[in-house]
Amino acid sequence: MNSLVLLMLLPIIGLIAVAATPKAKEVLSKQVALATTVIVAVATIAMAMNFQRDNVDLQFVEKYSWIPTFGINFAVGVDGLALVLILMSTILAPIVVLSGWNEAHGGRWSVKTFYILILVLETMMIGVFAATDVFLFYVIFEAMLIPVYFLIGGYGTGERSAAAVKFLIYSLFGGLLMLASIIALYVMSGAQGGHTFDLQALAQLEMSSTTQNFLFLGFFIAFAIKAPLWPLHTWLPDAAASATPGTSVLLLGVLDKVGTFGMIRYCLTLFPEASKTFTPLIMVLAVISIVYGAILAIGQKDLKRLIAFTSISHFGFITMGIFAMTSQGHSGATLYMFNHGFSTAALFIVGGWMIARRGSSTIADFGGLQRVTPVMAWSFFLAGMSSLALPGLSSFVSEFLVLVGTFTRYPVHAVIATFGIVLAALYILIPVQKALHGPTTPGNEGLSDLNLREKVAIAPVIAIIIALGFYPSPLLNVINPASAHVIAQMGFTDPAPTNGDK
Amino acid sequence: MEFSAPVLNYTLLSPMLILLGGALIGVLVEAFMSKALRPITQLSVTLGSLVLSLVQVWKIRNEQSVSAAMGSVVVDGPAVLMQGSILIISIISVFLIADAQQFTALAAALPGSDEERHALQTGNQVTEVYPLTLFAVAGMMLFPISSDLITLFVALEVLSLPLYLMAGLSRRRRLASQEAALKYFLLGAFSSAFFLFGAAFLYGYSSSITFTGIRNAVVGGGGNDVFLLIGIAFLSVGLLFKVGAVPFHAWSPDVYQGAPTPVTAFMAAATKVAAFGAMLRIYYTAFANAQWSWTPVLTIIAIITMVFGSLVAIAQRDVKRMLAYSSIAHAGFLLTGVIALNKAGLEASLFYLFAYGITTVGAFAIVTLVRDSAGEVTDLNRWKGLGKRSPWVATAFAGFLLSFAGIPLTSGFIGKFSIFSAAYESGARSVVIAGVLSSAIAAFFYIRVIVLMFFTDPVEDGTSVEIPSSLTSITVIFSMVVTIALGVFPAPVLNFISNLATFIR
Repeated sequence: MNSLVLLMLLPIIGLIAVAATPKAKEVLSKQVALATTVIVAVATIAMAMNFQRDNVDLQFVEKYSWIPTFGINFAVGVDGLALVLILMSTILAPIVVLSGWNEAHGGRWSVKTFYILILVLETMMIGVFAATDVFLFYVIFEAMLIPVYFLIGGYGTGERSAAAVKFLIYSLFGGLLMLASIIALYVMSGAQGGHTFDLQALAQLEMSSTTQNFLFLGFFIAFAIKAPLWPLHTWLPDAAASATPGTSVLLLGVLDKVGTFGMIRYCLTLFPEASKTFTPLIMVLAVISIVYGAILAIGQKDLKRLIAFTSISHFGFITMGIFAMTSQGHSGATLYMFNHGFSTAALFIVGGWMIARRGSSTIADFGGLQRVTPVMAWSFFLAGMSSLALPGLSSFVSEFLVLVGTFTRYPVHAVIATFGIVLAALYILIPVQKALHGPTTPGNEGLSDLNLREKVAIAPVIAIIIALGFYPSPLLNVINPASAHVIAQMGFTDPAPTNGDK
Repeated sequence: MEFSAPVLNYTLLSPMLILLGGALIGVLVEAFMSKALRPITQLSVTLGSLVLSLVQVWKIRNEQSVSAAMGSVVVDGPAVLMQGSILIISIISVFLIADAQQFTALAAALPGSDEERHALQTGNQVTEVYPLTLFAVAGMMLFPISSDLITLFVALEVLSLPLYLMAGLSRRRRLASQEAALKYFLLGAFSSAFFLFGAAFLYGYSSSITFTGIRNAVVGGGGNDVFLLIGIAFLSVGLLFKVGAVPFHAWSPDVYQGAPTPVTAFMAAATKVAAFGAMLRIYYTAFANAQWSWTPVLTIIAIITMVFGSLVAIAQRDVKRMLAYSSIAHAGFLLTGVIALNKAGLEASLFYLFAYGITTVGAFAIVTLVRDSAGEVTDLNRWKGLGKRSPWVATAFAGFLLSFAGIPLTSGFIGKFSIFSAAYESGARSVVIAGVLSSAIAAFFYIRVIVLMFFTDPVEDGTSVEIPSSLTSITVIFSMVVTIALGVFPAPVLNFISNLATFIR
């Protein structure tokens, strides 16, 4: 089965099945949802096997006329970059469902609604990465906000509705700026040989550098809010702190990747000149994000907010890798997106279990978990180590590639970013020490360790983190040609590596 | 002096004639029918006329004529589309008007008087709202197809006078309702005066009252441009008043709030189609070649209208007032279609008008459902937790609001996209940027209502959601289906519009 459209339809079918389950049988809804996400994941992996690695063209291309009046097509296709991200999304989905088996219970609405929203989101996650029609991309980009909004506002904790609104307003604002740019592209395409939204056709448009700069900004601000880049990040900690752990995984792991994905797919492809113009500024913002996110993470008392701030730091790395304009930087950034998905998922999932057991998300409330709940503690430790990019774990490879790729062109930025790694050690090791080691905090003695379901849920995440840490080439083989292609299209060649003996 | 009988093409005029005939029958029914049979007869006559008229519009959809009534009206593709939209919107509005609970038993009685109480007690409910509706619809049908200034003015009055009356018919809060009616009437009379003044100047400029004549005078040049400018300015004031554009919007929040909700729905949706229809025709035909004179002003008005509407809507605590300000903001978006002055702009405006009209009726239909013992509850604070109490009603309302906000996969998004891209194409970039930014502001208050309904716990204060009557359900379901269908799969409608949307001159 090599059809992206069918792949997008699968969660919809599952959704109908979930909707058909009786309201009283909550377990059945969960089982149906889990089965659906597992099938989608397996189908995606099967598709990925058929992907031709050395072919830099879009693959699995499908195109159906949607709104011919405006030249809009339902067009999908993937390159290495999109494939990796779709793979990440569909593998994370069943893990989210399984790990958060009971997280829908505290919500405003039924358990069924929760899984319907998750499945809608899964369809859109595939679609947003697969779209090759800019209009289709925009539609999904915006429509995705709605299920997430309801997932945060309906099933989250604390100031959930305020956080949901903040998230939605920020994203809508960015999206509307992007809409203005898309309208401009559409009108220009009409003046230059017929209205179209085809990404490759739009990339050929001729425009003045001023226009290009403005349109670039429209797209970039939308993506920088999504990704999120300093100073547009303020919605993320609130949203992540209020959402359920599963929603946070999808939010930070998948949805925010749309931002960095969009920077490569849309900003660089459509506006190569403007991308070069703005690179110095963006590189500075990226470095600020890295350091700022890390420093604020150190200061957090709340576990979920801490993870959110670590992500801001990580997204800084990804953005830096993208705009370093070297093929290592690009490959590193793409691999980083994949790895960040899993290491953040591990942190949120295990952190979520800890919070659910303890009934508090304040780090100071934990302590000595190593003795009480060894499996949970070790899982959290490993997730943390992956987040700080310990060699041997997957994030190390990508962080290293990003730094190498950046250093050849922007040595100062790379050096400052390296401090981010030092800070990472602090922001991970401090909570690890506080929560896992030391004497058991009173009240924690009775906490239960992971049960079988939870072990099954976390095992694949940890397996992927370790496996890709030692052997990243299956993914890199897919990513490298795509990255090299983008860099070549931008008119860049990798600078020769500097020799130490000069 | 020779007097020649006017030659009328009755087939092409039949949609309006049917409505006027139905309205006259309605007046007779009101006078002679026994009061038990009146409501059902009136409803049947009204719906029958509207449906018959719609069928007739469908039949003449490919006709083109400038001489259907001695050159006073023009029948062409846009005319058919506007008339069709007005009729469809009217039909679903009439389903809401059928709720007698909304209307005063005896409009002629003073509020709180003995006569009023007596009429209520004896169940002597008058149903004059039906013929009034039909008269208004007939005027609305004529408004966008008029091709000279006199017919245009007659149509304007035919559509406005019944609306002034209808605004005062509310059963609850009658004083507010009458205040709304009076305000609407007075300001409407002023705007009519402006309109006539403008028409006189245009006649002075071109020595013609027909759009073609004015257009020829503009193309030919040689006339006194001061007359032309004054004429366009004053005529525009009259039209901008009807569409509720800033600074001629002051009536709309009060009237929206005071009028019975079904009337508000009808007025907000159908009047907008008619007024913008007429506006599009005048600016696209008569004034097209004087573009230099009105585009800058209209651009400024459009920007002010959308920004003002969106900003002020944030402060509203009453759902009907909020929808009023939202409709002001939408008037601003629609003005971008007029400014665009190209075929894409015309198509986009026609699509937007239809989509927006249907969504508006749907939204007001939901407003009629939320009540307590004293009638409708329009205070937004009492809508808290509606999602918990009646999830379907709240979901439908959320859907309409998302469409107003222009979220993808709703008709509002396609409308916004098409109208902004048409404006951009014509070079009106500032309007597009202002439009996009005010959409972001507008999204804020739509979302706030969704938060109230879904993310806030209900308060027990006697607010309840009426079980919708079957007619109201039809309106809500129809509006919802259209809103989603036009968002997900708009191609057939867009094609249909695109094939028809060319003004003949």
